Amino acid sequence: MSYILPPFRHPDLPTNELGFARKDYEGALSTLCAGCGHDSISSAIIQACYEMNIEPHRLAKLSGIGCSSKTPAYFLGNSHGFNSVHGRMPSVATGANLANRQLLYLGVSGDGDSASIGIGQFVHAIRRNLNIVYIVMNNGCYGLTKGQDSATADAGSVSKKGHANPFTAINMTALAIEMGANFVARSFSGDKHQLIPLIKAAMNHPGFALIDVVSPCVTFNNNVGSTKSYDFVREHKEATSEFDFVPEHDEITADYAEGSSLDVAMHDGSIIHLSKVAKGWDPRNRFSALSALNNAEQRGEILTGLLFVHPEGRDLHSVFHTVEAPLNSLQEKDLCPGKGVLAQINDSFR
Amino acid sequence: MFVKLNKVNAVKPTNIKDPEYFHKVVDCQYACPAHTPVPEYIRLIAAGMYTEAYMINWESNVFPGILGRTCDRPCEPACRRGRVEEEPVAICRLKRVAADHKGEVRSLMPTIPKHKNGRKIALIGGGPAALTVARDLAPLGYTVDLYDDQKAGGGMMRSQIPAFRLPEAVLDEEVNYILDMGIHTHFNTYVSSLKSVLNKNYDAVFVGTGAPRGRDLPKLPGRWEDKAHVHIGIEFLASVAFEHTHKIGKKVLVLGGGNTAMDCCRTARRLGGESVKVVVRSPFETMKASPWEIQDAKREDIPILNNMPPKEFIVENGKLKGVIFEHVDAVYDEKGRRNLVPTGETTFLEADDVIIAIGQDNAFPWIERDLGIEFGDWDMPVVDRQSFQSTNPKVFFGGDAAFGPENVITAVAHGHQAAISIDLFLQGKHVKNERPSPMTNLVSQKMGIHEWRYDNDVVKDLRYAVPHAAKELTLQNRKVEVELGFDERLGFKEAQRCLNCDVQTVFNTSRCIECDACADICPTSCITFTENGEEEDLRHRLNAPSTDLSQDLYVSDVLPTKRVMIKDEDVCLHCGLCAERCPTAAWDMQQFLYNTAKAGL
Repeated sequence: MSYILPPFRHPDLPTNELGFARKDYEGALSTLCAGCGHDSISSAIIQACYEMNIEPHRLAKLSGIGCSSKTPAYFLGNSHGFNSVHGRMPSVATGANLANRQLLYLGVSGDGDSASIGIGQFVHAIRRNLNIVYIVMNNGCYGLTKGQDSATADAGSVSKKGHANPFTAINMTALAIEMGANFVARSFSGDKHQLIPLIKAAMNHPGFALIDVVSPCVTFNNNVGSTKSYDFVREHKEATSEFDFVPEHDEITADYAEGSSLDVAMHDGSIIHLSKVAKGWDPRNRFSALSALNNAEQRGEILTGLLFVHPEGRDLHSVFHTVEAPLNSLQEKDLCPGKGVLAQINDSFR
Repeated sequence: MFVKLNKVNAVKPTNIKDPEYFHKVVDCQYACPAHTPVPEYIRLIAAGMYTEAYMINWESNVFPGILGRTCDRPCEPACRRGRVEEEPVAICRLKRVAADHKGEVRSLMPTIPKHKNGRKIALIGGGPAALTVARDLAPLGYTVDLYDDQKAGGGMMRSQIPAFRLPEAVLDEEVNYILDMGIHTHFNTYVSSLKSVLNKNYDAVFVGTGAPRGRDLPKLPGRWEDKAHVHIGIEFLASVAFEHTHKIGKKVLVLGGGNTAMDCCRTARRLGGESVKVVVRSPFETMKASPWEIQDAKREDIPILNNMPPKEFIVENGKLKGVIFEHVDAVYDEKGRRNLVPTGETTFLEADDVIIAIGQDNAFPWIERDLGIEFGDWDMPVVDRQSFQSTNPKVFFGGDAAFGPENVITAVAHGHQAAISIDLFLQGKHVKNERPSPMTNLVSQKMGIHEWRYDNDVVKDLRYAVPHAAKELTLQNRKVEVELGFDERLGFKEAQRCLNCDVQTVFNTSRCIECDACADICPTSCITFTENGEEEDLRHRLNAPSTDLSQDLYVSDVLPTKRVMIKDEDVCLHCGLCAERCPTAAWDMQQFLYNTAKAGL
């Protein structure tokens, strides 16, 4: 009987620039079903944070309710965490972010949490450009309540019970682009080669960054006829481009083929490198991204990779002109600057 | 047939039907010359089934109680545990736990047929190799005659292993299990002519006479001036064991750095040696003695001096005074060859007695050279490494007599193979082409989603030390055993450290849906899904460094995404999490049992 992870790791695994091993980014042993796509996403998050040299105590992970929202227990065990109310993670994240803008915020949600009960919170967090990496673990069903179709289940997709879903699906990526998100991507839990660099780039993006990850539910939605099964996604996924993220301190050493490649500079000097770019798609153009999504949908394909990126843009703090320092570090003299300042303010209204 | 050449030489899928593939994964068993199924008996010890654990050992290595105290334990350096933490499982001392706590075992041993098969075998030498041949052939109905010049069976186990490491009662018990199989023993009988034995119309003869000649330093000045106080290691040990020697001087020097030297110095401490020193000619690091034996010697206040070859025995008025040693530096040339370069200094060490324990050699003065037995280099008989047959088809060799000094467990392994050969030979079968295959079995351990038939929880415990008897006690009496052995509680705890490497991770390509769950959960990052390629290239593309080329890669057939599953066997903990996290049971944990073939089976 084992829900126990053995204490040993591979003895020759390296450490990152901070001296942390990958083990230092692990969490508790998952209690999700064996083969759940969410576990692969957790593993990708661990790897991305390890590679990005994130200090674990500089990151806060937030989630709502659902199988997806359980996962923060399974990664980054040394980071801050808040498992909030169903669909209300964006509010809690907004509050946390406003109180301390110096942490890296990682929101983890699912299709139920973000596309049904929490869709109102989801779109408002995008509107406000909350600085957060927002990962939707999207399996098209409510796994925690025995597999009912969710709001992201494609019309006609057949669940394990054999019923075809009669409703149209909410496309989380198209919605996010419409709402003004500046970093929108889609990936697949079974493709870490693509997912890990996407997470790394999203962590470097100042503002709301959505990664919608198709993540098969092995127990309730991995059957023939489902459009979110491992087999279906593998057969129908199509990438906008090969995606690579180059942090600013790394030199570009990879040998990229000429012609079909494109570099997008991020605010901090890091670079998103795209190669084998799909024809007619410009990642910096909102309409081009939406039309690429539409075209793929018409063809019955699942478009993955980076969909849209706008590296500039003002996040919530720059709109509010908030202080850099965490609120809990402000002293009385910062908060009560004295009569002189008050008089100045009053004078400005005269 | 037309063979299509691929662009790259992709590694072929691993053939797990080959019994040697999974055998190699069980590092301890693979390293053991007799291939004892180690994890299987360790699990039985953990379950308190000592008798069953003992019998598994007895089947395989014949002398569990003896080897549980004295084995050279090639299994332990091979133990996978030593690759993921500091020290391997104390396999050898667990074997002793089985022997110490077993119940009645005689009824579990084979019955000896009353009606013999009419074939007569002579065994020359009564050590571990010959006794193993006897053990394997007597139950098949062979009539076995055993000749030995000692007064009882056991060979070097009796004459050279001191009683404080191996009590006589333990030795007698396990030797007698075999002699009681109706073996006709001829003790106190030195065979001085192989021809005379062959003339007695034996159907086959097995020579297991060991390496009986201790090396000397005949040309060292002064060597022969006080012969009574300069001893040869193995002769000294035998003389003590057979109660001819009871005392030694207060100051004793032991020359040599092997296990015999360690036994000599510790024996000297018990016979009145107050200041006993071991002097080796080369650096500590190249000493041949097992690390634990060196440690035991140091614990008994025996200093070891290195880089000091002896130069001269100093004898005054016919009485040994001591030895002059040179000092040397070990210098390695560009080819890695060592030269001991004198520094010019010398040291004189006082001694009442000197014991020379610098190795031993084979000697066959009793084998006539016209018997069809060919002799090769160093005057060693030409013996086939697989069948142990000499160029005279009737005569077989094993143990140290076959290829020079090794150890008890190697002698046992030789004995098993020679017994198979003798049995085949006397049935008119080919001793090389018709050898029986090993018996293997592969059984799923699955009992539920998170339940296995084996205890898959990996404990953190570091290696437990075997308790020792008080030094004040053991140094007073050479027959008091130093090691007390693990009690049941410690034995259980140490047994729990075993990683169950015989419970194999078996992969079924057609079931895999490539969800990555196994690769994600594997604590030691053994599993990778990637495109196939050449092995060297593959090893660079795995999720964790793969530097130990002696450890195999388990490669699957091609999966639907054109990738393959690759598992580096090196540091797999056999924890079963890959199989627990697999939604389609593409992984299963299956216990692999490998039993080497025995004569008549």
